[in-house]
Amino acid sequence: MDTIISITSAFTSVALAAAVIVGFVFVNATALGYIERKLCGRFQRRIGPMEVGWHGILQMPVDGIKLIAKQLIVPSHVAGPLFYVAPVLAFAPAALPFLVMPFAPRIQVLAMEAGLVFVLAVISFNTFAVFLAGWSSNNNYSMIGALRAVAQNISYEIPILLSLLTVVFLTGSFNLSRIVQVQESLWFVLRHPGAILAFLVFFIAAIAETNRAPFDLPEAESELTAGFHTEYSGIAFGMFMIAEYTYLFVNCCLATAVFFGGWWGPTLPFGQYSSCIWFFIKAYTLVFIVIWCRWTFPRVRFDQLMNLSWKYLIPIALGNLLLTALCTKL
Amino acid sequence: MGVAVRSTKTESGPIHYRYFMNVGPQHPSTHGVLRLIIGLYGEYVLSIEPVIGYGHRMHEKMAQSRPWQAFLPNTARMDYACCLPHQHCYLSLIEQHTGIKVPPRAEYIRVIAVELNRIASHLLWLGAFLLDLGAFTPILYCFDDREEVLDILENLTGARITHCFFRIGGVLADIDDHSANRIREFMRRMRGRFSVYHKLVTENIIFIKRTRDIGIITPDMARRYGATGPVLRGSGIAYDVRKQQPYSAYRDFSFDVPTGSRGDCYDRYLVRVEEMQQSLCIIEQALERMPAGEIRAPVPRTIRLPAGQRSFSVEGARGEVTYYLVADGTDTPYRLKVRSPCYANLNLIQELGQGMLFADMIATLGSLDLVIPEIDR
Amino acid sequence: MKRYIIELVQGGASLLAGLGVTLRALVAQPVTVPYPRKKLPMQPGFRGHPMLVRNPATGAFTCIACGTCMQRCPSRCIDITAARTESGTKYPARFQLDFTRCSLCGICVEVCPVSGLAFSRSFAMPHRTREACKYDLVTRGEEGT
Repeated sequence: MDTIISITSAFTSVALAAAVIVGFVFVNATALGYIERKLCGRFQRRIGPMEVGWHGILQMPVDGIKLIAKQLIVPSHVAGPLFYVAPVLAFAPAALPFLVMPFAPRIQVLAMEAGLVFVLAVISFNTFAVFLAGWSSNNNYSMIGALRAVAQNISYEIPILLSLLTVVFLTGSFNLSRIVQVQESLWFVLRHPGAILAFLVFFIAAIAETNRAPFDLPEAESELTAGFHTEYSGIAFGMFMIAEYTYLFVNCCLATAVFFGGWWGPTLPFGQYSSCIWFFIKAYTLVFIVIWCRWTFPRVRFDQLMNLSWKYLIPIALGNLLLTALCTKL
Repeated sequence: MGVAVRSTKTESGPIHYRYFMNVGPQHPSTHGVLRLIIGLYGEYVLSIEPVIGYGHRMHEKMAQSRPWQAFLPNTARMDYACCLPHQHCYLSLIEQHTGIKVPPRAEYIRVIAVELNRIASHLLWLGAFLLDLGAFTPILYCFDDREEVLDILENLTGARITHCFFRIGGVLADIDDHSANRIREFMRRMRGRFSVYHKLVTENIIFIKRTRDIGIITPDMARRYGATGPVLRGSGIAYDVRKQQPYSAYRDFSFDVPTGSRGDCYDRYLVRVEEMQQSLCIIEQALERMPAGEIRAPVPRTIRLPAGQRSFSVEGARGEVTYYLVADGTDTPYRLKVRSPCYANLNLIQELGQGMLFADMIATLGSLDLVIPEIDR
Repeated sequence: MKRYIIELVQGGASLLAGLGVTLRALVAQPVTVPYPRKKLPMQPGFRGHPMLVRNPATGAFTCIACGTCMQRCPSRCIDITAARTESGTKYPARFQLDFTRCSLCGICVEVCPVSGLAFSRSFAMPHRTREACKYDLVTRGEEGT
């Protein structure tokens, strides 16, 4: 990696990194899909996929091929171009946050100064895609799903931002690798009581932001059949799934970098890779908790979701931010 | 299809724009082929219009066009989740009408089978209700427990779902020591499982928030619509056919009739969970005091139904099941009317759902425990 | 304010209790079996479709082709063609069960005056054509082949 970066121009390295990252997005979504199905099975005392490959390990690639090979059924009443654009719009930006994600001291494509802001900006793009999908489907279920998605994402952007600001106050930087570097001695979540609270707020809000159960209202199965992607089939549906898993993973990566000390950890016997491995261990642990929550809780109601954000998370995050600011100043 | 918006102008009030939505006949939370035409205003439900009849199979017509024995398999196919009460009701009606006495042991076996079936039905409901609320895992735990009940019932009745077990004057098979032990083992297991359900569901804050004070059925409203079963008892009226007009062997057992205090979804949930425990209680007593003797009374080969009318009610898992017979002296009923509890319970949703949030309407619909084929018949 | 905090703490605790339940399930042994590879034992009381019983001494069917089951079947799915031996006793030359219509109620077994019918134990009987579902119980073996 080192040599490549030094001898080629920045542009080529970014292009190379983009290819690697898009590949990673696919592999990650496949892996998460498999992990989720396997874990879901075990949580429900089933065994999960077992047929394709050893312990069903090839199930997700096979499903992916099936989705790609399937005919894309487009109902006659959809709003043409928008209907096609929506899944691409959901999928395409999903890879961008990885550009600034500090996986290890030297594995970061762009050491952007405003990295944190960039990630947040890209994440909120998903709302747009979901809304377009629901709107252009011209289906009553999709429409309600889309409306819910917009309201939900707008409300939950605020606690996410407020909770991350707590850490920004502590470090004085939006640069993700800088935030990680500061945590060398101790993770924020262990170091500062304000950071613990901020993490809890962030975690709940991130689950809601990525439309995962118990906050999966835009696709609430028992109410809206499949919500915003009711009319999508084949790979168009698959793109929404990949985007969902990627955003989930991005949020977990963000939490890892900001609250759990990113790549820092006791040295592993893998030499220079150990820092990267630590990052992934932490991120996937958080993913596990998200999956665990999904297969445990009932879905909240729409107004309760709003209440949770506006009555609980935002006041708590705001108070926390104020207290942290005071603490750092004094 | 398109987005259907229709405006209705009320006499004095503002114009309400309604966003019409079809829930069903193919929908995850109507549990069968029920169709609800829902007029929405934002997330609020303005009107609900249930459309039934997709699963109409002419059961009542079949009853009056064949000898009465031939209707026996049909009784198992109306309420597929809890069919033995239907069979119990039909046979008790015929037995009473023709003056056939059922040996006490047979009645005990009937009670045990019916209560096991009630537990299986309530477990199925519990899982499906939680699925309506968006929790995916409890249904698998419920199915795990239900599997045990179904195994016992399969061994006893020969089938897992559509049991055709009761016969005129008794039952088909006896409960021997082996079966009794299996039932006892299941009771032990099931009693230990309630704490799991309480931790996972009853005490869960999201579940409480989703069901407490949602879909309140006042006692008056429940009476007005003729609601029965857990729906009625959830509203605080302790009406249980097993207590009010004890049939079969229910006079011999002591059990409580759980009631709710508020009449909301949470109360209906608690009533059903408590009912499972009471059913276990009844089974335990029945196994202990099982009288010896015949399991089938000797009956003549051909039984004609004497002219006259008669009705008989039993407590099904969803409420009062009534069969009403008009006979004209042949072996074919002149008319057989089935009163299904779900039909009355479904009607509640029309009034109940108005002004509710859409998600609450789904929760309320789930809490009524509807089995659509029983409504359609 | 006090209620707000109590609700927050109690609600959080109840959520953790729920997570505990699912975590225990995660480490517990799964209860499902991989079906085609491993099959659960059939319950001894299972009652499948009716089959003809043979007299253990002679090996002949005990059925006398009286047609009672044919009459009493609610689904009218039994069709018997009777024949007579040289000694004049009736026997079923063909005993057709239309399994597409059979509801497995067991009334035929019950009404048989000579106990000539019993419940088989075969349950997985998929067929490609409707005709294949019409079994001739005379030629159909005990294992459902």
